Amino acid sequence: MTDFTMDKGADGVAVITWDVPGKSMNVLSMDGATALDGLIDDALADEAVKGVVITSGKKDFAGGMDLNVIAGMKDRGGAQGVFDGVMTLHHLLRKIELAGMDPKTKKGGKPIAAALPGTALGIGLELPLATHRIFAADNPKAKIGLPEIMVGIFPGAGGTTRLTRKLGAMMAAPFLLEGKLSDPRKARAAGLIDEVVEDPLAAARDWVLAAKDADIVKPWDAKGYKMPGGEPFHPAGFMTFVGASAMVHGKTMGVYPAARALLSAVYEGAMVPFDQALKIEARWFTNVLMNPSSSAMIRSLFINKEALEKGANRPEVADQTVRKVGILGAGMMGAGIAHVSAMAGIDVVLIDAAQDAADRGKAHSAGLLDKAIGRKKATEEKKAEVLGRITATTDYAALAGCDLIVEAVFEDPAVKAEVTRKAEAVIPGDAIFATNTSTLPIGDLAKASARPEQFIGIHFFSPVDKMLLVEIIKGRQTGPRAVAKALDFVRQIRKTPIVVNDARFFYANRCIIPYINEGIRMVGEGVNPTLIENAAKLMGMPLGPLQLVDETSIDLGVKIARATRAAMGEAYPDGAVDAVIFWMADQNRLGRKTNAGFYTYDAAGKRQALWDGLDAQYPQADDQPELSEVQHRLMFAQTLEAVRALEQGVLEDIREGDVGAILGWGFAPWSGGPFGWLDMLGAARAVEICDHLSARHGDRFAAPALLREMAASGDSFYGRLAARPRAA
Amino acid sequence: MTDAFIYDAARTPRGKGRPDGSLHEVTSLALSARLLNAVKERNGLEGHAVEDVIWGNVTQVKEQGGCLARSAVLASDLDERIPGLSINRFCASGMEAVNLAANQIRGGAGQAYIAGGVEMMGRVAMGSDGAAIAVDPSLAMKTYFVPQGISADIIATEYGFSREDADNLALESQRRAAQAWQEGRFARSIVPVLDQNGLTILDRDEYMRPGTTPDDLAKLKPAFKEMGEAMPGFDKVAMLKYPHLDRIEHIHHAGNSSGIVDGAAAVLIGNAEFGKAHGLKPRARIRATAKIGTDPTIMLTGPVPVTEKILADSGMAISDIDLFEVNEAFASVVLRFMQAFQVDPARVNVNGGAIAMGHPLGATGAIIIGTLLDELERQDRQVGLATLCIASGMGAATIIERV
Repeated sequence: MTDFTMDKGADGVAVITWDVPGKSMNVLSMDGATALDGLIDDALADEAVKGVVITSGKKDFAGGMDLNVIAGMKDRGGAQGVFDGVMTLHHLLRKIELAGMDPKTKKGGKPIAAALPGTALGIGLELPLATHRIFAADNPKAKIGLPEIMVGIFPGAGGTTRLTRKLGAMMAAPFLLEGKLSDPRKARAAGLIDEVVEDPLAAARDWVLAAKDADIVKPWDAKGYKMPGGEPFHPAGFMTFVGASAMVHGKTMGVYPAARALLSAVYEGAMVPFDQALKIEARWFTNVLMNPSSSAMIRSLFINKEALEKGANRPEVADQTVRKVGILGAGMMGAGIAHVSAMAGIDVVLIDAAQDAADRGKAHSAGLLDKAIGRKKATEEKKAEVLGRITATTDYAALAGCDLIVEAVFEDPAVKAEVTRKAEAVIPGDAIFATNTSTLPIGDLAKASARPEQFIGIHFFSPVDKMLLVEIIKGRQTGPRAVAKALDFVRQIRKTPIVVNDARFFYANRCIIPYINEGIRMVGEGVNPTLIENAAKLMGMPLGPLQLVDETSIDLGVKIARATRAAMGEAYPDGAVDAVIFWMADQNRLGRKTNAGFYTYDAAGKRQALWDGLDAQYPQADDQPELSEVQHRLMFAQTLEAVRALEQGVLEDIREGDVGAILGWGFAPWSGGPFGWLDMLGAARAVEICDHLSARHGDRFAAPALLREMAASGDSFYGRLAARPRAA
Repeated sequence: MTDAFIYDAARTPRGKGRPDGSLHEVTSLALSARLLNAVKERNGLEGHAVEDVIWGNVTQVKEQGGCLARSAVLASDLDERIPGLSINRFCASGMEAVNLAANQIRGGAGQAYIAGGVEMMGRVAMGSDGAAIAVDPSLAMKTYFVPQGISADIIATEYGFSREDADNLALESQRRAAQAWQEGRFARSIVPVLDQNGLTILDRDEYMRPGTTPDDLAKLKPAFKEMGEAMPGFDKVAMLKYPHLDRIEHIHHAGNSSGIVDGAAAVLIGNAEFGKAHGLKPRARIRATAKIGTDPTIMLTGPVPVTEKILADSGMAISDIDLFEVNEAFASVVLRFMQAFQVDPARVNVNGGAIAMGHPLGATGAIIIGTLLDELERQDRQVGLATLCIASGMGAATIIERV
């Protein structure tokens, strides 16, 4: 069994079919590349073969490169290994592109076309880009593009060089720099592919038989080629390139090495002949792959994210697919959960105390679908189908037959207990009861349940339809079937789960709160608020702590502070933070919702600038801290909390800690997550910074014993994970 | 060490650097050659009289390419044994030519030089020679590259200069330049540009707008706001470098920034023997020279550290300097210089500057040395310092002393 097979037709067209055994989607491995290379040699040498069509035996063409293979190149051969591996691919694709033509006359080559039945991503598009014509099926669900940048690398098998030469730097930018994906018709309009047809294989075959010598010479291999939009020292190209650096720099905050390397590959490659440009691309690709950030991003955003979605930590329990979900409470969270459930094909009973509240919850779904229709992402039929699955009611009897309940009422233990009892009275005895809470201990809420082993916490993030993470919380008595049920539900609604144990604020909020608090604390100390916000952004945080608290609202902060203070008593460490937020609350600056917080907002609610009234109450100190000091405080506030969560067993798996941090609150994605970041720093350096910070700013920065011990033994988090025998 | 003296300083009037500018019909070569001829005639330089012609020029492509210095010598009436050296230190090229010549004389390499420069900005567009720092992503990102106008606005933001401060400086530059022309203060330096028939093409700086009022300036839109805040968004790059700034105040516009003009300048520098041999009287001694590299993003703050350096190197204090020429590349550059050294504005750019009269990049450094010397003589003062900010984050300075 090999990944590629060739069928030489009587008409002289050799059809190479890509069909990786045992996988639903083709991905390219080095063995696969070798096999394809052999077939191309065979086809070019065989006089009976007039041309070649490369297609797929699956419903899609290919999903990309096997990222594990890329990681392997690095682990085995270092920079030389990566460079050699990439150059091997370049030679193969260049062989396809030149197709045996005479190097001088450009005559005598064999036409090679690509026929794409569906999705073609990454190398799945880079390979077609090296052929002479790309035919795609008229399949609106197919996605075509180069998404490599999303996992911290860039198209390194000629995609960067070919697309830039085909479209020009400006037009290629959205596809290369943003990883924009298109359906086949849009891809054709943009010039990524050539034709959209009913039967791409037949069309490609016809084209191959009719193609002339001139049809298979790429513009960049023809005389007089000029880059569309101008090369860098052409007047128009000059402006493009000057602007490109600034835009990429501003957008990436300078923390994503792949975007920089990509841009350099484009710039340097644009000034030399094509084969030199491929070498340049390979050198920058190698450079990015050798950067710890790309490994960390691939690890968290691709490999481990997928592993968690596929149930890496799912107990071995029979399939728990949800058929009918009952949602208690039709507020913002309940309505959002109802929407994503119905979108996933699950029947939904949406309950609220008043019928109009329940109806409003269902209307939320209608509103989202109308927006999607406006953007041509949904149809009226789809809307009717989804809304048809949602029953909005006040009648608990409607919950009969639900195999999962998600309770999403107000964060009040008494209210939650009451609806728990009411629901359990009517639902089947084997139904799982999940409570959506961000702050209340699951163990306490489970006391209202007659079946605590079937009771579990499930923490959705707001807005539910946009946020990718769901945090599943096991109470002390929660049984494995409840965990499996929650995981299967999350898989159905296509989100990424992490599973944590029951402790104050669980995992995500536990880490976010100290981040926000550290920012507010610095305001109180007289640190320039602009410096605080920018320091966070320069570390790759999407929102500074002050903007974040404006979004989540300052009165929520006040509420959490009061509750935490009540729970902790004398040990409560955040009095300095409270002074600032209580004062803000007194000024009725509650954040975005009051159009006034740490930032000012215009009448339409658009954020303007940091509020200058802050300076009167908390004057900026003459002596401002170094940027790195501010950054370390903001980053360690979060990461040390993640380490403590691991130490205390709240977090059982660092992969969940990293994936959860990036998807849950946008923790510096370039770092691969808090544990990835600490590994990059090294435990010894991290401890050094902790010692410095705790001496200056207090015990909250004291290095956790685990970190200190790792520093002493020279270990890393992922080193330990790899060494740990996997539980069966 | 041998002393290097200035024997003569000459410049052409500055023409508007536009297709309708008076000097637009003149080639860079012709303008350079005619000015060299003037210096030759004014000082009787027969034969192999000078060691070299060092010619500052920024945009060294097309007619300014191919070592324009040597071409200009060959096109002039100077002896062909005199070679030519084109140099580029951006806006300080003309000053660097003078400093390089002075320091070679001080070191014993040759008795005399003609040093200066030319820029025909209307004929050879600024930036048309390309620049890796602007366009190569690896360097542009490493240095947080922003265009100069953004840098000038960063200076204003960082050091607290308002639009009004900048506009007032611009108005004063216009007022002083107009007065200087009225009183003939540039008479000794100006060499009118003549055609091949001896007919006058331009005999006066034509970029000036003597009647400029505060209202005129207030009407002008900030020139760098759009590229800073919208496309491609250079302010964001600046804030990556200076995270304590929450916004960049865009205060510069065409009226408080230097003008784009055509022009050339030349300074005759030699040792004492040269003066004796040619019967020339030295006007000033070049007492010290300096150059320095600075933060390339804010880019234009060089005059401050290079002045500190030249004072330290020469064992002088700011109080030893009678008059200053600080190139008016942008208003904030001069405002920052005066703020840093607390010098009396009346002693800085006494006869106006590049905001009023224009900034022909390769020539300006030599122009302001000549202007400084003329004014020291007019006021009968002794010591002057000239300095310029320079692209990519540099600064240059020269101290001259009358003899």
